[in-house]
Amino acid sequence: MKTETRSEQFHPPSVIGNILRKLHIDIPLFIGLFLISLLSFVILYSAGGQDMDVLMRQGARVGLAFLLMTALAHVNPYQFKRYSAVLFSFGILLLVAVLILGQFGKGAQRWLDLGVFRFQPSEMIKITTPMMIAWYLAEHSLPPKTKQLLIAGILIIIPTLLIAKQPDLGTALLVASSGAAVLFFAGLSWWFILAIATTLAGLTPILWHFMRPYQRDRVLTFLNPEADPLGRGYHIIQSKIAIGSGGIYGKGWLGSTQSELDFLPESSTDFIFAVFAEEFGLFGCVSLLVLYLLIISRCLYIASQAQDTYSRLLASSLAFTFFVYVFVNIGMVIGVLPVVGVPLPLISYGGTSIVTLLAGFGILMSIHTHKKFLPHS
Amino acid sequence: MSRIYTIKNKLVESRLFLNRIIAAFVVILLLTSGLVVRLVYLQIVGHEHYATLAKDNSIKIEPLVPTRGIIYDRHGRVLADNTQSFSLELIPEQISDLNDTLLRLQKLLNISDEKIDQYQKQRKRQKRFVSTPLLISMTDEEIAKFAVVRPYFPGVDIQARLVRHYPYAELTSHVIGYVGRINETEMKSLPLAEYRGSTYVGKIGIESTYETELHGKTGYAEIETNVQARAINTVNSVPPVPGENLYLTLDIDLQKTAYDALGDYNGAVVAIDIKTGGVLVFASRPGFDPNPFVIGIANDAYQALQSSEDQPLYNRALRGLYPPGSTIKPFVGLAGLEYNAINTEHKLFCPGYYQLPNVSHHYRDWKKGGHGSVNMSEAITQSCDVYFYSLASMLGIDRMHSFLKHFGFGEKTGIDLVGEKQGLLPSREWKRSRRNQSWYPGETLITGIGQGYLQVTPMQLAKATATLANKGKVVSPFLVKNSATSNSTAAGEETPSDDITLKPENINSIISAMVNVVHDPHGTAKGINKGLNYQIAGKTGTAQVFNIKQDAKYNENDIDFKLRDHALFISFAPADDPKIAVAVIAENGGHGGSVAAPIAGEVIKQYLKESNNENGNP
Repeated sequence: MKTETRSEQFHPPSVIGNILRKLHIDIPLFIGLFLISLLSFVILYSAGGQDMDVLMRQGARVGLAFLLMTALAHVNPYQFKRYSAVLFSFGILLLVAVLILGQFGKGAQRWLDLGVFRFQPSEMIKITTPMMIAWYLAEHSLPPKTKQLLIAGILIIIPTLLIAKQPDLGTALLVASSGAAVLFFAGLSWWFILAIATTLAGLTPILWHFMRPYQRDRVLTFLNPEADPLGRGYHIIQSKIAIGSGGIYGKGWLGSTQSELDFLPESSTDFIFAVFAEEFGLFGCVSLLVLYLLIISRCLYIASQAQDTYSRLLASSLAFTFFVYVFVNIGMVIGVLPVVGVPLPLISYGGTSIVTLLAGFGILMSIHTHKKFLPHS
Repeated sequence: MSRIYTIKNKLVESRLFLNRIIAAFVVILLLTSGLVVRLVYLQIVGHEHYATLAKDNSIKIEPLVPTRGIIYDRHGRVLADNTQSFSLELIPEQISDLNDTLLRLQKLLNISDEKIDQYQKQRKRQKRFVSTPLLISMTDEEIAKFAVVRPYFPGVDIQARLVRHYPYAELTSHVIGYVGRINETEMKSLPLAEYRGSTYVGKIGIESTYETELHGKTGYAEIETNVQARAINTVNSVPPVPGENLYLTLDIDLQKTAYDALGDYNGAVVAIDIKTGGVLVFASRPGFDPNPFVIGIANDAYQALQSSEDQPLYNRALRGLYPPGSTIKPFVGLAGLEYNAINTEHKLFCPGYYQLPNVSHHYRDWKKGGHGSVNMSEAITQSCDVYFYSLASMLGIDRMHSFLKHFGFGEKTGIDLVGEKQGLLPSREWKRSRRNQSWYPGETLITGIGQGYLQVTPMQLAKATATLANKGKVVSPFLVKNSATSNSTAAGEETPSDDITLKPENINSIISAMVNVVHDPHGTAKGINKGLNYQIAGKTGTAQVFNIKQDAKYNENDIDFKLRDHALFISFAPADDPKIAVAVIAENGGHGGSVAAPIAGEVIKQYLKESNNENGNP
């Protein structure tokens, strides 16, 4: 296998390289993640009103997330496989607990208060769902038969509905897509994919018919935020102005006027891409997308090199889901997708999403650095 | 499974998987290109457009606040409207030294520290570059004083704003309620987008119940502003939809008559149009002037209202809980007839007290020496307690509870006002679960004359009276005639199953006994029957505030005014075709017949005179 030898050349023969290899860290992936985290601090400093406190807090979280990634990279992928079902069931139990506790509190409940820290079970389920599906499908020969598809479908729907009930429709759809990604990589037939797409499209008008007027109103605002300029649409209008005014080369670092004058809300969290686009222009945006693509390519490469079915399915779906996050966030900020509360991966301010994402990359590194036998021709 | 087959299968799987990886990569590239195309469109094609919006001028979305709906009475007289007022407003971002400016303003216009605090709190909640009022309803003198020195106060200006005004002040305070500044708790529960520009929200009364309708829909303007946030040009705007005007069933003249008739007594008068359920009078005395609440009442004024013995902030009509006293008797009597516990001929000798078998306690009649031998009609007319002790004992608490429940006792009337109390209709279950005690027979007796645990609101009493006058067809009180909300609740409650099926001869004999209360020479309210060309049916009541010892004698002149009995009266007229039902409670009024009945009499006479006039002039 020629590709494998080429990847061996990637490891620099330095002391640091040796240490990283001992730590089971994949160097190209690590460099990508490190660069994007640095970039995150650069943008956060500008978007967060040049507040060092913001950087310190985020720095602590990122440090913690990198530690978790290293720890997971150390674990043999066989262990992930072995505990997939247990972890998945545990996650589901936590989701049910959150829902029940939510009955006593008022309104939406996503957090589980563990005294020392608060924990969001829906974040954990983002990883354990693809683990579960991959484990289940790997037990059988691929491509999956109808019965396995049915069971996998049910396994995906359970966490999706539980999260949708919280209610957190955005996360629910992301969890569903991470499970669906496993099915796709497992070789779900194109005809089946086409059939599901057609059925969903066909169901939409029927669902519409059964909705109450206020629910229809919500869907319409969801699809067309400009109709609600004081609420959701406000973000989109301001965000487009920020991005468009950035032009090709941008206004330069700290040059954003929209976030400075407080026109752009949530500029450090979900809408941080707008600040980035205003300051670094099309040039910066394309560079950022390329950096994301490099990370995703490396992950897909790791998946292609994995030695067992479970690792392949898990690695590829984690890679694809990462792309979905990027696409959904940027698509929302530039106004082509409806507004859902999804942060820009590895860049937005906030701890939970970074920890989950880097945990996923830890699993990928574990898969890549624990090969059972060396390749030979 | 052979080894060869497994290996072959693995190879197939590998190839399939690689194909999928490639497919996924192609999809990712395509979608990313889509993002790039959109970015090119925004940042190259649209750049000039967006840059003009962002560089020198920025688009700001300014909320356009809708005008609050006006509240009218049934004849179109204004009960709440909006008047122009001038306020001193600051834009903190345009002021270099805010604290210094506030200090200078405070000295110039003599502003209290409290108002400065209030302003600081509100300022922190506002978005940036929003003008926030420091002084509302400026006097001419204040305006003049500031106008002279205005150039020295950049970022400070006088703005004309609409302020809610209640022309009838304390007369309508408990029914209309008032609006006030949005506080922090309300901030969280109100829809943020709708209230982005609003300062006021309904706090109590109709203003709160119909907040959504009265508020209207906020519009917006996309305004080009420069870096100092000064407006340059309006790009696009959607006008606000003004709040709905509300027409109440209330008759403000009748309300005034009732309020004035209460005189020096604290209390409440509620009158209901029996045909529709529309509330004609909703008087709770004393009221308070709601206008200072709109601009932010001064702390000492508020404390004075809070600590006043007369409790002017207390909505007696809706939330006051009183024992109904003898006004419960027509309902208990009807229960006796309907359950066949007694008939109209049933006679009882009243010696002035009642005794349970084997119990020495004397349950006293209000009339020393007793009423002699009385039947049901006479017992109601003269308000004989002993007759109803006996009847209550025959019925038992369970039957009394279930019968009275149908008339709405112990339940909210469902009127379109927030904060209604549901009163208390006691039962065995209630006592067991709430007090962990069993029910005693003596408690049944005193429930029969409207004392003990039984508690009603004036609104409940009026509803029950209207339902009785309507011969069991439930009357549901409401205040707003024209709104979608009131229509839906009214429709929801008009389910026929709620109505009480009564034998005509039973209800008619109760009504004629109530007519005798007013028109019989022995009636307890005979004082109000002068000069009528129709008949009024009524029942007096006296509710004990103070518990008299077994052998003590109640002498109203001896005891403190605040411990005197409450005077009650329920009534409807004309007796043969009821149009209006009235319930009156005069706190510490002493006697229902002499104090409460004349108040109801005035309301009925004025209302029927007016409606006759209206009918006379088509």
